Amino acid sequence: MKRLINLTPTKPTRWFLGILPFLLIIFIYIISSDARLLENSTDKLLPSFGQMGETLYNYALEPSKRTGEYLFWVDTYSSLKRLFLGIVIAAIIGFTFGLLTGAIPTFHAPVSPLLTIISLVPPMALLPILFIIFGLDELAKVALIVIGVAPCIARDIQRCTFEIPQEQIIKAQTLGASSLQVLLRVYIPQLLPRLISSIRLTLGSGWLFLIAAEAIASTDGLGYRIFLVRRYMSMDVILPYVAWITLLAFIIDWLLLKTSQKCFKWHHQGAH
Amino acid sequence: MTVMTQVQPLIKAKNLWKKYGSNVVLEGLNITVNTGEFITMVGTSGCGKSTFLKMLLGMEEPTSGELLLDGKPIPNEPDQSRGIVFQQYSVFPHLTVLENVIIAREFEHSPLIGKLFGGKKKSVVEEAKALLDSVGLTPAINKYPHELSGGMKQRLAIAQALIRQPRILLLDEPFGALDPGIRADMHQLILKLWRDHKLTVFMVTHDLSEGFYLGTRLWVFDKLRRDPHSPEAFGASITYDIPVTRKNTEARGIDMLSEIKAAEIAL
Repeated sequence: MKRLINLTPTKPTRWFLGILPFLLIIFIYIISSDARLLENSTDKLLPSFGQMGETLYNYALEPSKRTGEYLFWVDTYSSLKRLFLGIVIAAIIGFTFGLLTGAIPTFHAPVSPLLTIISLVPPMALLPILFIIFGLDELAKVALIVIGVAPCIARDIQRCTFEIPQEQIIKAQTLGASSLQVLLRVYIPQLLPRLISSIRLTLGSGWLFLIAAEAIASTDGLGYRIFLVRRYMSMDVILPYVAWITLLAFIIDWLLLKTSQKCFKWHHQGAH
Repeated sequence: MTVMTQVQPLIKAKNLWKKYGSNVVLEGLNITVNTGEFITMVGTSGCGKSTFLKMLLGMEEPTSGELLLDGKPIPNEPDQSRGIVFQQYSVFPHLTVLENVIIAREFEHSPLIGKLFGGKKKSVVEEAKALLDSVGLTPAINKYPHELSGGMKQRLAIAQALIRQPRILLLDEPFGALDPGIRADMHQLILKLWRDHKLTVFMVTHDLSEGFYLGTRLWVFDKLRRDPHSPEAFGASITYDIPVTRKNTEARGIDMLSEIKAAEIAL
């Protein structure tokens, strides 16, 4: 018998073991839900898959009686727009500051300590300030995502900038490169795949800030809807919405990974 | 008034010192190097040969004394007059072999963004291809560095260092990580390029026989004085400056080798 640390499951076994927890959770859910509904058919805590499907159908494919909008898609569109805007702005700001503090000592000296402190401020604590300054509309929600995510990206990119071997920078100079040319041709191309992985890592907190901001002050959005229907204990809305958010997060992450693999082959084949 | 026609030395060090705080690395270095010499530098680790190479590169400045290039203080940052090949990490991983070489011309001809397009690019591509051919990399021009072997990476690094025609080529243990067979090929390559491009080469190596084989002049860096109670009090200098001619390499090499070994034991 081999040691446990040397036992590697075969590929089909791995697949099966990977799916198993999901199947178990669904199985346990169905049993519990059935048991509760049998006792009380108006139970709201663990709705059946049928009930959730029906609700989702109403939200996604039937216009709302009050506004005539397809709520599910309106919510999805609003949330994705905010998340996208927030992440793009955060990525641009974070990348710029990370690159410049990492590559230019004169820029590092005054900015880096400030960046460290800013990244320690809990963004949620700033939300009231954002609402006061920017009002309750879109800007405040996007600003929360930017403030929450940009410092993390900046620090991550700064670290990656330091990791680029000094030999390359010296080599570029012996080839006659100016500071700008070194930034454009040596640093930036090598940092772009790092930026994508940085975005993938910070998307989780991006969603967090988005849903928090929507929960507090909004009139649409996935987070808004979840917190709205919480008052009626509508688990049949909340659970599908949570599953939908998870699926969206998964798809975005997957798309980013594929983009990175397609655009930066040299990075993913272990070239560093 | 008559002008004395005298050959200006390429590199001249006058009483050159380098200290980091109280740690003396180099002391009282006086040397003259003429165009076309192939200097190999050997010595134990931490004896200042890499520091001297960095000073030639412009990354370190002398604490006192002078280091002159063509009679003027050597520029205090790296530039295209001095090419460098490091032991590793000196090629750009995100560029193909061809791009790694043309980037130098792009820096030159596109001052703002350092990137050429269309016809301008075509002309530098031809030049780069010829250079890559001379180092034997033609079959690999569209590969990325991670797809190359260690020896091919160093060939690329050398081609890259040569495209802007530096007068001085600095080599920092360039073949240290290579297999012996590959290393022999690289020796032939570097000697050929040294002759063809009329370079002045400074090479740091750990391998004494490599130093004797390649160099026209071999420098041994070592400390002249030692204080056992404070090892940092005295710096290293060039303790042997040995002219090497191809004919006497073998015999002299072995002679000097034993002499140096004896000197080391005596210390």
